[in-house]
Amino acid sequence: MTLTERLREKISQAFYNHGLFCASYPIPIILFTGLCILACCYPLLKLPLPGTGPVEFTTPVKDYSPPPLTSDHKPGEPNEQPEWYVGAPVAYIQQIFVKSSVSPWHKNLLAVDVFRSPLSRAFQLVEEIRNHVLKDSSGTRSLEDVCLQVTDLLPGLRKLRNLLPEHGCLLLSPGNFWQNDRERFHADPDIIRTIHQHEPKTLQTSATLKDLLFGVPGKYSGVSLYTRKRLVSYTITLVFQHYHAKFLGSLRARLMLLHPSPNCSLRAESLVHVHFKEEIGIAELIPLVTTYIILFAYIYFSTRKIDMVKSKWGLALAAVVTVLSSLLMSVGLCTLFGLTPTLNGGEIFPYLVVVIGLENVLVLTKSVVSTPVDLEVKLRIAQGLSSESWSIMKNMATELGIVLIGYFTLVPAIQEFCLFAVVGLVSDFFLQMLFFTTVLSIDIRRMELADLNKRLPPEACLPPAKPVGRPTRFERQPTVRPSMPHTITLQPSSFRNLRLPKRLRVIYFLARTRLAQRLIMAGTVVWIGILVYTDPAGLRTYLAAQVTEQSPLGEGALAPLPVPSGVLPASHPDPAFSIFPPDASKLPENQTLPGEPPEPGGLAEGVHDSPAPEVTWGPEDEELWRKLSFRHWPTLFSYYNITLAKRYVSLLPVIPVTLRLNPREALEGRHPQDGRSAWPPPRPGQGGLWEAGPKGPGTAQAHRDLTLYKVAALGLASGIVLVLLLLCLYRVLCPRNYGQPGAGPGRRRRGELPCDDYGYAPPETEIVPLVLRGHLMDIECLASDGMLLVSCCLAGHVCVWDAQTGDCLTRIPHPGRQRRDSGVGSGLETQETWERLSDGGKGGPEEPGDSPPLRHRPRGPPPPALFGDQPDLTCLIDTNFAARPQLPEPVQPEPRYRAGRRAQDSAGYDFSRLVQRVYQEGGMAPVHTPALRPPSPGPTFPLAPEDEAGFPPEKSCPSLAWAPSADGSIWSLELQGSLIVVGRSSGRLEVWDAIEGTLRCSSEEVSSGITALVFLDKRIVAARLNGSLDFFSLETHTALSPLQFRGAPGRGSSPASPACSSSDRVACHLTHTVPCAHQKPITALKAAAGRLVTGSQDHTLRVFRLEDSCCLFTLQGHSGAITTVYIDQAPTPTPADHGAGQRRPRRGHLPVGRADRQPGQPHVRSPWGCHLPHLHHLVRHQQWPGRPHQHLGPQHGHQALLHPAGPGLWREPGCHLRQPAGDRRPGLCFLLGPELRGPVTDSLPGQEQRGPAGPPDPGAGQRCHCLQLWQRAQPGVRALCAGEAGLRVGLPHPSGWGARLATHGTWTGGVLSLGKAASDCPVLPHDCNIKSVFLNDISQGPFEPLVSSLGRALPSLTPSWCLKCSTGLDLAQLRAAPARSHMKSGQLQSWGGGQPGASSRHSLHKQVGVASQEQQRADTGHRTGLFIR
Amino acid sequence: MAEGETESPGPKKRGPYISSVTSRSVNLMIRGVVLFFIGVFLALVLNLLQIQRNVTLFPPDVIASIFSSAWWVPPCCGTASAVIGLLYPCIDRHLGEPHKFKREWSSVMRCVAVFVGINHASAKVDFDNNIQLSLTLAALSIGLWWTFDRSRSGFGLGVGIAFLATVVTQLLVYNGVYQYTSPDFLYVRSWLPCIFFAGGITMGNIGRQLAMSSHVTPRSSGNVCSTKL
Repeated sequence: MTLTERLREKISQAFYNHGLFCASYPIPIILFTGLCILACCYPLLKLPLPGTGPVEFTTPVKDYSPPPLTSDHKPGEPNEQPEWYVGAPVAYIQQIFVKSSVSPWHKNLLAVDVFRSPLSRAFQLVEEIRNHVLKDSSGTRSLEDVCLQVTDLLPGLRKLRNLLPEHGCLLLSPGNFWQNDRERFHADPDIIRTIHQHEPKTLQTSATLKDLLFGVPGKYSGVSLYTRKRLVSYTITLVFQHYHAKFLGSLRARLMLLHPSPNCSLRAESLVHVHFKEEIGIAELIPLVTTYIILFAYIYFSTRKIDMVKSKWGLALAAVVTVLSSLLMSVGLCTLFGLTPTLNGGEIFPYLVVVIGLENVLVLTKSVVSTPVDLEVKLRIAQGLSSESWSIMKNMATELGIVLIGYFTLVPAIQEFCLFAVVGLVSDFFLQMLFFTTVLSIDIRRMELADLNKRLPPEACLPPAKPVGRPTRFERQPTVRPSMPHTITLQPSSFRNLRLPKRLRVIYFLARTRLAQRLIMAGTVVWIGILVYTDPAGLRTYLAAQVTEQSPLGEGALAPLPVPSGVLPASHPDPAFSIFPPDASKLPENQTLPGEPPEPGGLAEGVHDSPAPEVTWGPEDEELWRKLSFRHWPTLFSYYNITLAKRYVSLLPVIPVTLRLNPREALEGRHPQDGRSAWPPPRPGQGGLWEAGPKGPGTAQAHRDLTLYKVAALGLASGIVLVLLLLCLYRVLCPRNYGQPGAGPGRRRRGELPCDDYGYAPPETEIVPLVLRGHLMDIECLASDGMLLVSCCLAGHVCVWDAQTGDCLTRIPHPGRQRRDSGVGSGLETQETWERLSDGGKGGPEEPGDSPPLRHRPRGPPPPALFGDQPDLTCLIDTNFAARPQLPEPVQPEPRYRAGRRAQDSAGYDFSRLVQRVYQEGGMAPVHTPALRPPSPGPTFPLAPEDEAGFPPEKSCPSLAWAPSADGSIWSLELQGSLIVVGRSSGRLEVWDAIEGTLRCSSEEVSSGITALVFLDKRIVAARLNGSLDFFSLETHTALSPLQFRGAPGRGSSPASPACSSSDRVACHLTHTVPCAHQKPITALKAAAGRLVTGSQDHTLRVFRLEDSCCLFTLQGHSGAITTVYIDQAPTPTPADHGAGQRRPRRGHLPVGRADRQPGQPHVRSPWGCHLPHLHHLVRHQQWPGRPHQHLGPQHGHQALLHPAGPGLWREPGCHLRQPAGDRRPGLCFLLGPELRGPVTDSLPGQEQRGPAGPPDPGAGQRCHCLQLWQRAQPGVRALCAGEAGLRVGLPHPSGWGARLATHGTWTGGVLSLGKAASDCPVLPHDCNIKSVFLNDISQGPFEPLVSSLGRALPSLTPSWCLKCSTGLDLAQLRAAPARSHMKSGQLQSWGGGQPGASSRHSLHKQVGVASQEQQRADTGHRTGLFIR
Repeated sequence: MAEGETESPGPKKRGPYISSVTSRSVNLMIRGVVLFFIGVFLALVLNLLQIQRNVTLFPPDVIASIFSSAWWVPPCCGTASAVIGLLYPCIDRHLGEPHKFKREWSSVMRCVAVFVGINHASAKVDFDNNIQLSLTLAALSIGLWWTFDRSRSGFGLGVGIAFLATVVTQLLVYNGVYQYTSPDFLYVRSWLPCIFFAGGITMGNIGRQLAMSSHVTPRSSGNVCSTKL
């Protein structure tokens, strides 16, 4: 147990270190591994190439004796004998090579005469051979005694029965065509037809019957009507079973004597043994093919499991390479150590692969991928390795054990297999550990780059050309983000290709490598080569001749082409084209016996119209059998069911026989029909037709046709391929919605600014977040009306901020929680409502916002250098960048000011705590009036010195007013005008003055907690935990006119509104109560246009009329608790959105078809057709801005669904608009959100098939929690999503979103911040989890609306994180600078509205980082001080 | 045309997977048929392997030798494999312990490959004596079971199948219905049970995988829509 544990720990540690090592030095390791593989594979070069070609071995004839049955060579000594040279051969083959010619030639002779009479002599020769008897001391020995006696032919060869000998000696001669019957031969009118009637019609490499009987390749036989040389050659093949030297010698001597060959140079010295390897037939291939099919299925099913990596196929390839090279290494190593493989490699290979397996590789990948993505690549690899180390080692040990057991079976084959398997296993392990791990690390790193490029600081945004070249730089990337939380990262264009759709990447790859071009070039070259090769006058003839010369396999299959006479001169001495070399006659020996040869000059019968063919014997005749098909002998023997596989035959030296016939004999042998034939005698010199194929002109035609067909087929095939290629290119290049307005991002070049088809390019936006700090706990509720932002944290503090400047206007502390506001106890009551205001239609008009500038301006002078050129946006845009934490140092006073102010705030809070009690006795003191103006200039304020000293005036006053508030945490918050409505857990409803921080009124009915609030037009609706609804109406005695404040000229100029003074009487009356609106707690409450929609945990929604609280509808159809509700707040009902008051309740669980039963509502289905669990945010944008769109119509809505569990926004390509037929309006449109890196397979059912859903998004892996859409002054709907990665703004305009949506219903890319180009989708980094986003649409002008977001810390983050985030309220402000800043070709020209030029970028970022860190320090330092106090 | 594409993705065009068949009997039948054909195919291929042991060079009509054994042998093997492949998941279900070990297609493929390898070894490797052969094969078969099955029910069923099949074969041989190519009677008998055992394990593996893929998907058919997307 302990031992195992210790071992396990050690192994794990070792693997961890190894993983670190591998991921740290990828390139050297891969190089090293490659060298190892090459070194181990080097011995393989010595191995012969696999094949079934015969192997030869030559021994001298002299003193030949069959080798012994057992190999007697010692292992140590070098032996020249091959291993197969053991035992007697199957047979000894004696060929008697007959060359015969009619000489001298007479012009009267016909073409048939060239071979008729020479062939007829074969019968005589066969007779002589058969009758040859050796008489010596040991007795008489005839041919029958020594020859190989054959029995029946195989049953399948009945048609050859008459042609091949049976039941006797195996003796083959051309006479077999006529059953060795001379009379038959003489009676045969057409010899050539007889010979060729058994020729196969198809091309084949096997020996034909003609080759078998003639014993020489067809083209050498000369039995043709068109031979140039009137020379006929054939062999008589004798097969002996035993080697009887004397008999053979006597036979040779006799034949040489009878038919002497002059100038014969054959030496006849060597005996050639030909070993034939194992035959591989179809039947043998079937199991092999089966095993390979199974192997491929195994590999397929294995590699299919590789997932969540950057390049699945790359990794699969690496896995296969690992296995294959380990096999090669094992074979090479075994060869190196003298273990030559005797097993058939192809057969055992699949089993080896199966034994070695791909499991380790897959397990490794899975383990590495499943490590947390936040870690460095190095650590991920190391962790993945170490977590799987035990199982890997265990498997390895098990396999080795099994293999070792197999080794002791003592069966040689199994032992050999096991040996190979052991070496293979070890080398596979080696490769897995070094090669595959490294490849995996590179892959993971690539994915990190692709995913994180949004989060990288620009100086790290180097093109990933050498991702491994500088590992240290890239390793840090995943951790870069935490250290620079306030960095705005803009994306250089070099990263964009990583986010492109796959087909675009393919295109870019093709373009980059010019692959198509090269392919076409190569194809052209091959094509030209084929043309040249197949040209009748071209290379092929030459090559064929050359090959014929050298190839031992002969020319049996390759039919030479007819050569025009003009191409090769007849007198060309090239030996390639003449069978008989011209120097043959110079050979010294002249064995002509006197009287025997016919004297050429002796007969004066005719005129020699051509030189008589000289029968010569050269060295090439010695082994003419080499030119036969290599299947010649196996075929012959297989006819008698004798296999030559793994055996050998010995070929005796040929016996040359020369026959010279005079014309008279030729004439005598002529058949009566021969004369009638119209064949002209061959005219060798000028005939020009050199027919190797004996079939006459038809054959030649056939050959030419065949070539033609080949060329035509090749041309056709390549044409088809070309067309297909073009088609594919077209399909890839042109989007499927070709001709439609939205061409998709596919058309966009890299670096080009996004621009849709209407010529609209989105303005470049610059975003500088404004961080509001002051809360001590997690922020729970947030409400905004555009100018004011009210937030409430878990500690119970309510802060009122100026949304434009970020100044804290009012602070309302919680009474009962003063002692524990820094504790965590209150956090337990987190209530899951977060308010959201979309398009603050009833935007709060009252204007305390005048004060912030007053407060702001004097302190923060405009930034000197960086933002000096920001002209006149000050009224609408906060140009005071110095107020933000990112600000660089040069803006001197600002950070200090920031810190100081925050110090003031917090200190003020403490102070308020202290003084609060003092004021409590005094009740509502009028002192609060001045205190309500913290922004008012210090000098006018009596407490000005304290202000400077950290005494915040605003705290003192609210604390006074605050006292009567009952206990209970705030569960809901609403803001309208200057009134804040607060719903508490105790059931109290309170109305506060946002500016003064005074409690205006409160409802005393304490029933159950208020979970949701709606504050609309003096009407307050409170939804309670027990499911009841309370309708309040708010009465003020002085008019609370929003218009009054809207008309305020500017923030800076108007004085603080005295309208909301405490003299106004505000009363809250309960008008209606719906006691049991829902069975369960109401979770969602929305109101618009006189309707109120409630969503509850009882799975239903209800629609109430706001005036009389009459329940209009009950919407059923959800199968779970409602989490969120959205109502369109379109001011005018659109034609598609009519019905019961332009309201379309949506709910968390989109029901299938049943949700929208309201009259006139379209049939909206969830794209999934099923429920999305835990949907928690819904948004819909109503109008598409008057844009003629082909399918969508001028107006349609967009909706986005957010999902907290998986990826924030669904980016499912399949969540297309599936509108019902006839409905022109898309029902749903899903924004793509940042997705978890890789395909999302976890946490959601049925997500496995989502596949690659587009390019990896920057910032992927972050959840997105909320989303807003808006449209303002610019065509196109902006989208804003927020989540862990920060706040993102995108422009889903038609060329990206809508068009795709409309035409394909699929998403591939462009949404939100993840859009097509980086420049239009900035990211506002937050250092915490954003829970809610607010969008204030009240700003005028062509500028983007204000966006604020509510941040909240993730509990899983590190403590320092939490500390930091929990105190902050992040308000992000989105601003647009008109056309001043550009992103061009990845260069950041203007950033933050400041200095153009990229040079400032780095420094800017560094400074930002420093600033934020400083601020962080200041923050924490302040907090500690706070605690001390 | 793009519009048409947009509007018609409603019905899921799924391949002829077994999983799309929800009816139980049809499902069973399809599985049986698949198993039957797998069995027939394996029988033909493995028979060829055994033939090659004795005949090294084939006459030109090699293809005929594939069907050289009696015609009823492949159908019998197919039927047996169908029965076995259906029996394994059935027994698993009755025992209440669904087989969880390495339930994936790659493992099944590996198992089949090892099975063919065992046959290959028995056909191609020359052993000194029959005891060695049968011991080796037995070890390999047990290794197969351990590697890919590891369930007691699988082992028991495999042993039962091997016993039964051997008895049936011997009866056939005794009655002269069937003959071995090799006259070595003991020789043949010695390796038969191991091959049968390994075959039973293999077919059971395939059958379990088929059953799993057909049983799992109906449960998640509610999510099919989303998986398709």
